[in-house]
Amino acid sequence: MGTREQILEKIRLNKPDPIALPEQMRFTSFFENTEVKFIETLQSVYTEVVVVKNAQALAEKVEELYAGVVNRATNIPQLASWADFSLNVTDPHELELIEIAILKAEFGVAENGAVWISDSHLQHRVLPFITQNLALAIPRSAIVNNMHDAYERLTDTTGWGCFIAGPSKTADIEQSLVIGAHGARSMVIFLIEEE
Amino acid sequence: MSKTIVEHSEASEVFNRDEPYVDWHDETLWFVRQKRDKSSKLLPEWEQLRETASGIKNYVLSHMDELLISFEQKAKENGVHVHWAANAAEHNEIVLGLLRNHGITKMVKSKSMLTEECHMNEFLVNNGIEVIDTDLGERIVQLRQEPPSHIVLPAIHLKKKDIGDLFHEHLGTEAGATDPQYLTEAARQHLRDKFLTRRAALTGVNFAIAETGGFVVATNEGNADMGAHLADIHIACMGFEKIIPKQEHLGVFLRLLARSATGQPVTTYNSHFKKPREGQEMHIVIVDNGRTTQLGRADFRNSLKCIRCGACMNTCPVYRRSGGHSYHNAVAGPIGSILAPNLDMTKNADLPFASTLCGSCSNVCPVKIDIHDQLYKWRQVLAKAGHVPQSKGLGIRAMSMVLSQPRFYQWSGRLGRSVMRTMPFVVNNGLNPWYKQRDMPEAPKESFRDWYIRNRKE
Repeated sequence: MGTREQILEKIRLNKPDPIALPEQMRFTSFFENTEVKFIETLQSVYTEVVVVKNAQALAEKVEELYAGVVNRATNIPQLASWADFSLNVTDPHELELIEIAILKAEFGVAENGAVWISDSHLQHRVLPFITQNLALAIPRSAIVNNMHDAYERLTDTTGWGCFIAGPSKTADIEQSLVIGAHGARSMVIFLIEEE
Repeated sequence: MSKTIVEHSEASEVFNRDEPYVDWHDETLWFVRQKRDKSSKLLPEWEQLRETASGIKNYVLSHMDELLISFEQKAKENGVHVHWAANAAEHNEIVLGLLRNHGITKMVKSKSMLTEECHMNEFLVNNGIEVIDTDLGERIVQLRQEPPSHIVLPAIHLKKKDIGDLFHEHLGTEAGATDPQYLTEAARQHLRDKFLTRRAALTGVNFAIAETGGFVVATNEGNADMGAHLADIHIACMGFEKIIPKQEHLGVFLRLLARSATGQPVTTYNSHFKKPREGQEMHIVIVDNGRTTQLGRADFRNSLKCIRCGACMNTCPVYRRSGGHSYHNAVAGPIGSILAPNLDMTKNADLPFASTLCGSCSNVCPVKIDIHDQLYKWRQVLAKAGHVPQSKGLGIRAMSMVLSQPRFYQWSGRLGRSVMRTMPFVVNNGLNPWYKQRDMPEAPKESFRDWYIRNRKE
């Protein structure tokens, strides 16, 4: 009998009698205004939320926010002319030079400010982490109240995805909060009104 | 990393010699506990969430084999390699074998308490593999050649001056520099170089999902993702109790985990791995290492519900005043003290006694483990198995003799009070363990019993 069978056999012998799953798995969150809650939550984790009317307005806003920054990358077609760093690389290590990446993401969660991003839009998984600064764009209507709602919405069948809530941070030195540990040093969320 | 085990009480005594330091350690952890309170009170359904999480974990314990089989099958369908390890040695050999197959001698690692439990770093280093811990706190303790003192806050026992000196020595920061921003930036540069040059990355697993074969890794720094997405081979190691039935159950656990740990509404990154990226190899190592035995101990199996938030440590009056290293176990604090005796009763017999049984740990536990009850029950098991030191046994027998004889009890009470009043030096000295780190109280003139009898008459 191999290790696998031995472990499984021992589990069968030792596990308790079957206990059913709890009946209530989901809870409802009530916020007066879901978007306001989302924005406030993100502010508390050092993330700015910017509402723009459409892709055109996004392009203008981006020019203004990141004027003078070099090594700009994006996977949003309407921002293609703004970018100066191509994501058509085969080795993800090459992305190390990117200063700002503006990426399409899927939806946000009001209770904790998390935004879901996944393989479905992203050609390189490391991109949201390796870039020095990060911005994610989601439709303004795509904000759910809490994590139960988030997993209801999450029918993602891609190979990888991540909830990101703010810039990378650490408090490992005497509990002093420092923004910019290994991942992005800053984070902006764009809410786009019209797709 | 010293091999000789110093008992918890002895190690705490050393820890307590520097009073301002102990006060600082105590207050720092209490501050984290308060953040947890504030955060949890924002959710009216908090107590129900704990109940639900506990219920899901009860289901997990009683369906463990089926869930693991389902997980393995789905993971394989997703193109992930699954390995099984009966103990620490097998786990370490599997990891070494994978690295050797790829001719890899250098690896980055994000936080995994399991690999601490298996003493993997030491094993790999002895076999010619360099392992770099990439969580800032873990890198700090690794450079100091000591284990983490807390499962969530690995370097919580250190002052910024200690870290400044350490980084000056190892990373070339300015002598005397203690600014956390500056020191973190130095670590960022140092570790970025490692991420970019290492071909293998090892991560832990916070939750493994039976339904999808995927697993979730939570960090604030982004180090697990930086490592895994750049490496040719990603190895994820998990104790088998990390399994949960369905992806939607993450809704419950992710709402509880960070709020319980640090008071954040969620960790910055919750990375959901399912399939390797193109050209990458992904491996999962499922480890037993005593867990099947613990599953068979009806009184103690609930300890396997733990989601490693550390809330029980932050709230524990003993942990806060004795520090994580005094527990001489990968997982310290109350939860560590109920897990450790299962691994080795002889070595860890002191740990269930490192508690006041106040119950605060059980009150904050997000999956409602009866931690303080288990601490109490372990004491019985250990005493019966002959693992309790003789001095403790003698004390308990003397106590039982006094308490079972009312007249003797009254007489010894009177004697004790009068001695403390007339000859306080008899108790206020180093020979009396109760005198350590505290002053003996002024002895009352009469006992409660005498007072009661007198007042009833009046």
